[in-house]
Amino acid sequence: MGNKSVKSNLLAGLHFMQGNEALAEGAIAAGCRFFAGYPITPASEVMLHMVKRLPQVNGHFIQMEDELASIAAVIGASWTGAKAMTATSGPGFSLMMENIGHAVATETPCVIANIQRVGPGTGQATRVGSGDIMQAKWGSHGDYQIIALSPWSVQEMYDLAIRAFNLSERFRIPVIILGDATVGHLRETFEVKENFEVYDREKAFGLPPFDTPEENGVPPMPSLGDGENLIVSGSTHDGFGFKRGTDGDVNEKLVKRLSKKIINHANEIWEVDSYFLDDPEVVIITYGIVARSALGAASEFRKEGKKVGLLRLKTLWPFPEKAVKEVSMHCNNLLVPEMNLGQVLREVERVACSARIDGLNQTDGEPIFPKKIASAVRRLIS
Amino acid sequence: MNEKFFPYMRSEKYPHRLCPGCGHGIIQNAVIRSLAELEVPLKEIVLVAGIGCAGNITNMYIKADTFHVTHGRPLAFATGIKIANPKLHILAISGDGDLASIGGNHLIHAARRNIDFTVICANNGIYGTTGGQLAATTPLGAITSTTPQGNEEPPFDLCALVVGAGGSYVARCSVAQPQFLIKTIKKAFLHKGFSFIDVLSTCPVQFGRRNNLKTPGEMIKWLRENGISKEKVMNLSEEEKKGKFVIGEFCADIERTWLGYSLK
Repeated sequence: MGNKSVKSNLLAGLHFMQGNEALAEGAIAAGCRFFAGYPITPASEVMLHMVKRLPQVNGHFIQMEDELASIAAVIGASWTGAKAMTATSGPGFSLMMENIGHAVATETPCVIANIQRVGPGTGQATRVGSGDIMQAKWGSHGDYQIIALSPWSVQEMYDLAIRAFNLSERFRIPVIILGDATVGHLRETFEVKENFEVYDREKAFGLPPFDTPEENGVPPMPSLGDGENLIVSGSTHDGFGFKRGTDGDVNEKLVKRLSKKIINHANEIWEVDSYFLDDPEVVIITYGIVARSALGAASEFRKEGKKVGLLRLKTLWPFPEKAVKEVSMHCNNLLVPEMNLGQVLREVERVACSARIDGLNQTDGEPIFPKKIASAVRRLIS
Repeated sequence: MNEKFFPYMRSEKYPHRLCPGCGHGIIQNAVIRSLAELEVPLKEIVLVAGIGCAGNITNMYIKADTFHVTHGRPLAFATGIKIANPKLHILAISGDGDLASIGGNHLIHAARRNIDFTVICANNGIYGTTGGQLAATTPLGAITSTTPQGNEEPPFDLCALVVGAGGSYVARCSVAQPQFLIKTIKKAFLHKGFSFIDVLSTCPVQFGRRNNLKTPGEMIKWLRENGISKEKVMNLSEEEKKGKFVIGEFCADIERTWLGYSLK
C-alpha cells in the first residue's frame, strides 16, 4: 500500500491521441478498473475509450441510466477496492453533486472528469468554457474540501489522470479533473513512461475506517467483503460508521477532519508552473487551455524585452494561494484570463496583495486566443 | 430466540429506533431469520439502504457490511458493487419513497438489466420520517399530511412495474404474514437475477392515526383482511376487488428473452 512503482501496460514512448482518450489511458495506468458513465458531449470519448480498454485489463465498464447513477455506481465500486471513475460535462456534473458530497462524507476515493462546455443550463454542448470552477468546489451542500486539477494538454490529460487517482487514494477524497472541450478534443502526441509511481489506498483491519488519532488524518480503508462488518454511511458517523444523528460534537469533529486532511496537506497537492517570473511587470495567472495562449503571448513579449510572466495553476482546489500570493508581492499587475466571468479571478483577489488585478473574461464558446491576451497585457504595461 | 440468529445481529445496538408498532421491525426480523436459516456467510453479504424509515431496518442492526447511501440511489450503488465484485450477495432494503419515487429510475433500470441482487421494498404507503406526506404508493382516498382531503392520485403497483421492466423474480408480501415473508426472502435471495419483494408494512404513527387505524393491531388486521392471494382474486367481482392488494409471486418461473418473456 502507499506509493509503488508500476510498469505501463501501454507501450512506452510517444502516442498520438485525443485528450479524452489520453485521460482514459492515464486512468488505466493509475490502476482504474471500473468506469460508469452516461453519454454527454464533449466528454463521451472518455467512455468510448474505456469500453474498449477496460476489458483488456480485466476491468469493468457499465453505461448507467443517468449521471446520478453513474457516480453512485463509482462510489459503490470503489468500496469493493477498485479504483473507479466517471466522466461528464456541466449538466451531468450538476446531477452528480449530491453523491459527490456522499463520497466526501464517506471518504471514498474516486475520480470525476468534467470536460467543461460553455453554460449555464444546456448551454452550447460542443463549445468550450470553464464555468464550473466554483461549482467543483462548492457544488454539494455542507462544508467540505475537494481536489480539482486543470490539464492544459493531451500530455497532461494523461499525467493528471494518474495524479488524480494517486491523490484520491492518498486522501480518500473525490478528485475532479477540470478539463474542457478544447483540451478534451485536442489531438497531439504525448509521452508514456515505462515506469511511474502510483498510490494505492492504505488498508488495515480492526481500526476505525472513519477516524484517526490525528485531527487531520486519513483513516485506512478496508473493502466490502473483507469481513469487517463495515458501515458506510453518508449520515454523520463515528469512527466505525455508526450513525450519530444528533451529536453536535461528533459532527464538528468529522467536518473539521474532512477539511483539515486536505487543507493541512495542501503543500503535497499544490502544483503550479511558472514562466518568466524573474522581476516581471505583469503576471498572467491562468489555467487549462487558456494558459497555452497565455504562454504564447508571454513568449512574444519576452522577445520584445517586455517583462511579462505567467503563473499556470495545475491545481485549482485547494486554491494554490501560496504561489499566487508570492507572485503578487513582486509585481504590480496581475491579469487573470479565463473562459468564464471571473471565477478564479475572485480567488486571486482574495489572496493577492498590493497589485492591480484585472480579469479577461470570455464566454463565447471559443478558447481565448494569444492575441486577445497580448492586447490586454499591452494596456497594462502602457 | 434461536441461537443461530445472534451472529447476524449487532445485539448491542438494540432496542432499535423504529416507532412502536412499526411493521419494519417485522421485516428486520424476517431478514435476519432468512439469512441465518440460509446460513449465508456474513462476509459475503452487503446490505444497501437508502434514506427514510426503512434505512433503519439495516443500518446498525444487521451484522454485515452495510452501505447507507443518498436518497433514492441504493440500487445504483448496488449495481456498482455487484459489477465490481460479483461474489458479494447484495440485499438492498429501502422504502417506497426511496425506491419508487425519487429512485424510480434506478428501480426500472436495475430490473431491466436483470442484475443479480435482491431488493426489498418496505412499503408503508407514506413518508414516515418527514411527517406523513403522500407517497407514490399511498392508497386512493387515504389522508396524508399533504392530502388532507384524501389522496386523488392512483398509487403504483410496484410488482407490475418491476415485472414490466424485466425483473425475473417478483413477489408481494405483507408484514401480517411473516412466515410467507421469510419464505419469499429466502427464495428471492437464492434467485439468480433481479429479485424484488414489495413488502406491505404498517405505519400506525403517520398513516394509521390519520386513517382510522390507530393501533398497530388494527393496521395488521387491515393488511390481513385486504391482502388476498392471486388465486382468490380471480373469483372476485370488480366491486369486491376495490381496495384489495394481491399477495404472492408474480413471475417466479419466467425465462427472459430479448424484448419479452417466454414461459419455461
